[in-house]
Amino acid sequence: MSILIVPAILSGMMMGAVYALVALGLTLIYGVLHIINFTHGSLLMLALYVVYFLNLHLGLDPYLAIPIVLPLFFTLGYCLQRGLIAPMSGGSEQNVLLITLAVSLMIDNLALYFWTSNTRSADIAYAYDTVEILGALLPLGRVIAFAAALAVSPVIWAFMAFTRTGAAIRAVAIEKRGAELVGIDVNHTYAICFGIGTACVALAACLLFPTFYVTPQVGYTFVLVAFTTVVLGGMGSLPGALIAGLLLGIIESLCGLFLGESLGQIGIFLAFILILLFKPSGLFGKRAGS
Amino acid sequence: MKFQSWGQCALAFFAIAYLAGVYFASSPIWMGFSINALIVTLAALSWNITGGLGGLSSFGHAALYGTGAYASAILQVKYGVNAWFGLGGGIAAGAAMGAFIGGLAFRYGLKGSYFALVTLAFAEVLRICASSFEWTGGGSGLQLKLMPGLAQLQIIERPWIYTGLLAVVGLVMFLTGLIKHSRFGAYLIAIRENEDAAEALGINTYKIKVQAMAISGAFGGLAGVLYLQLWLFIDSTVVYGSAVSVEALIGPIIGGAGTVWGPLLGTLGLHLLGEGTKSLLPNSPGLNFVFYAIVLICALRFLPQGFVGFAARFGAFNKKERDDA
Amino acid sequence: MKNTFNRRAILQGSGALVAGVAAPSVLRAQTPIVKVGVLEPLTGNLAYNGTQCAAGAKFAAEAINAAGGIKSMGGAKIELVVVDAQSRPEVAASAVDTLVEANVCAFTGATASALGLASSQAAAKYNLAQVFSIGTAETVVTRGLPNVFRFTPGVNKCTSIALENLKLLNQGAGNVVKTAAIVHEDGPFGSNMAKILAEELPKQGIQIVETIPHPTPHRDFSNIALRVKASKADILIPSNYINEYTLMARALNQQRVELKAIYSILGGAASNIKFVRENNEVAQYVMDCNHWYDPTKAESKALAARVAAAGLDLTYDVMVSYATIQVIADALERGASADRQKMIEALAASTFDKSIMPYGPTKFVNGDNTSAQPVNTQIRGDKIELVFPKQYASAEAVFPVPVKKN
Repeated sequence: MSILIVPAILSGMMMGAVYALVALGLTLIYGVLHIINFTHGSLLMLALYVVYFLNLHLGLDPYLAIPIVLPLFFTLGYCLQRGLIAPMSGGSEQNVLLITLAVSLMIDNLALYFWTSNTRSADIAYAYDTVEILGALLPLGRVIAFAAALAVSPVIWAFMAFTRTGAAIRAVAIEKRGAELVGIDVNHTYAICFGIGTACVALAACLLFPTFYVTPQVGYTFVLVAFTTVVLGGMGSLPGALIAGLLLGIIESLCGLFLGESLGQIGIFLAFILILLFKPSGLFGKRAGS
Repeated sequence: MKFQSWGQCALAFFAIAYLAGVYFASSPIWMGFSINALIVTLAALSWNITGGLGGLSSFGHAALYGTGAYASAILQVKYGVNAWFGLGGGIAAGAAMGAFIGGLAFRYGLKGSYFALVTLAFAEVLRICASSFEWTGGGSGLQLKLMPGLAQLQIIERPWIYTGLLAVVGLVMFLTGLIKHSRFGAYLIAIRENEDAAEALGINTYKIKVQAMAISGAFGGLAGVLYLQLWLFIDSTVVYGSAVSVEALIGPIIGGAGTVWGPLLGTLGLHLLGEGTKSLLPNSPGLNFVFYAIVLICALRFLPQGFVGFAARFGAFNKKERDDA
Repeated sequence: MKNTFNRRAILQGSGALVAGVAAPSVLRAQTPIVKVGVLEPLTGNLAYNGTQCAAGAKFAAEAINAAGGIKSMGGAKIELVVVDAQSRPEVAASAVDTLVEANVCAFTGATASALGLASSQAAAKYNLAQVFSIGTAETVVTRGLPNVFRFTPGVNKCTSIALENLKLLNQGAGNVVKTAAIVHEDGPFGSNMAKILAEELPKQGIQIVETIPHPTPHRDFSNIALRVKASKADILIPSNYINEYTLMARALNQQRVELKAIYSILGGAASNIKFVRENNEVAQYVMDCNHWYDPTKAESKALAARVAAAGLDLTYDVMVSYATIQVIADALERGASADRQKMIEALAASTFDKSIMPYGPTKFVNGDNTSAQPVNTQIRGDKIELVFPKQYASAEAVFPVPVKKN
């Protein structure tokens, strides 16, 4: 078993990078809009389908689909927040949660209706290629996703730190009413933020697709882990989400190795409960409690 | 139970008329689906204690429901205990689990979305445990032996199942009313409205919240046990799955959180809606859920206080009392 | 007919049905109709298998109607009443009410044992027969319910036949296989199968060197592949659903796990043509012991053609569901009545041997069809060939797998 530890840690990190990518969008939305967004898993599923169909009909490589899928999902996220979630929630936190839940039910079942429950995956030439690192064979697709996760977080961080829109988003996140007073369009900023979060999850889909499959239920496979990642990293913290994602991937992999794969996920949720109980603000969170 | 308006009286009357009408319906569909709705109503009433009265919005009530069901099933299957003791064990286990989760979560001052997420995580941990250990039947779940008769709490005739469930739901609603109008209920509502102020008034908010979780756990455990006795089979997804948690909170919110009638009205309404969309779109699985979701979103938008809050607007007895519905 | 209409009218009054649904069946009253229920999970996490089953039932009803319907009932046409079990036991149970309301004579279902257990228990109260398309848990037939008829084999039968066939294959290859690793989903089927294998494999001189249960869904199979590799097992015996199977097969390939064979038991993908199409390279020579039709029968070929024309994949779900409708049609033909009790009697007395499945004459003992048996398939090129039992075989088994050139 001991010779498997290094490969297990590495493959856990690769999987963790995917969790981090999914969680980045979620933590951004939570940090600014303070809503638990249950549509996130459904949007991941939707993006996977788009990548799949682009590959099927146009022969487009999942990585080359990124320039198409990202703007598409940014727009979708923007419209979803501005046109549906915000006007329908009436400002109540509990209602937002239920509305995102209902929207996710809607998206999942529309996918089921139009695309059936068939599992779809693509026979991509490099799907079986591996990279050897420290004696461990790692799937090429996962290594690319890992690199992308490392690259994307600083980009988003820089966007938040150095652009006007980024500053507006930060202002709204900290003090909504104050931001309104200085002339920031809060609804627009919220929707932009939701759009960026959705674009993040679409990026995750492009990077995940070569090593995974898509069904209308696939979102559930990742959404609970993504919530855990967000909380563990500190709600709203981008570096937190990245590190927490990697950490959870390693925890899951090692728990799977030593406790059996069935109990591997328990490691994730136990970490979740422990962090909530002892450091509710998360690894990198600033605020505690409410 | 105090009604505050003619509208609310009418709402309660409709619910009772519907529930009584089920006995006379020519089609078996009505009773079958009302039985399911009543079990969900119990889970909803359980959520209503913490989520409605106390404003502690849990997203993992499956943890309580499932613990009740599993405790009773393990007692019966593994230790040959009579189902009635299993019922007692299930309720006790649900209460204990509620107190445990509440005790941990509230000690560290978790509230709002943090509390929602921690309860969700607890339900997930329990689901994974239940599907991984031999003791809980692993992935195969637990199956009760078919032993019809009141002695083993396995009732076969559906009118009797229905009547029994109506009685249990009525009892739990009565208890909810008692709690709501007791000193304890007043403390709980005070915590919902302003926890800091409640604390300043000398209320031991921690103790009250944990007690509320225990009561909620007892009701949730009861719902889980009754599900088990009805279908004689449980597995981890069936009782610990997130679908249970969602059903437990969605009914009270649509019906009117924190009210005695809300959970029943909301759950019945949503089940009727679900059944209706299924009949309207019989050959397009999936579309019925889409339609259901659209109606749900509209209900959340246009009935922010739920059915009960909406009905309060019509023919109020006393204008002053309306606001604290 | 009038009776049916009245009842429907009441339902309409309650706002449950639209007028359009009721009217056509009144107009069609000239040709007699017999209704058969199909209770499958069309939404939720079992939707794929449920939808495939429902499609199989539809093809069977069309074939039977095209061949003149139920002759002993004046050429009555079979009309399917398809209801959604939503992958939830309590919904499956209350869907039985809908079937009774629609006056079905019997029904088929329900993909997963948990759903079938609930639905047959509810149907027992109405004395309504359920012919299980798939319900591998043995508790399905051990409850003593008279309305339960499981046409296909259960977990015990599947595992024991898989073991017999493995023994034959291994003997034929000079007993090259000495060790095995088992990877199984941790649900009822996989857990049960692992238990039986742990007892029986050593008796064949095969040592189990690794047993790895995993949940469904499972996201990463790298560790599992590494453990299989480290165990140096000669063969791998997996049992899991299609998504996990696909990920597992890829991980095995990526971690360069050398195996003499992959021999799955009710593997979700190993006899699914989509897996063969989308993962052709890793799918080669994978064997599976599973429900499968007799490909030599004319009706099987016709079904394959119709499934292809409909743009669907021919999976075992389609086959078994097709066959259960055939069994119900045969019972209707012999009993000449759509009465529920008569249907139960006719089904219990069934000796039907013309289904598309490679079974002998049907014989229900306590509701379990003792003539049911799984077969072995092997993926070869872009086809799934049947290799065992010999009398139905379309190809000779290749065992162990030829050593890779690179």
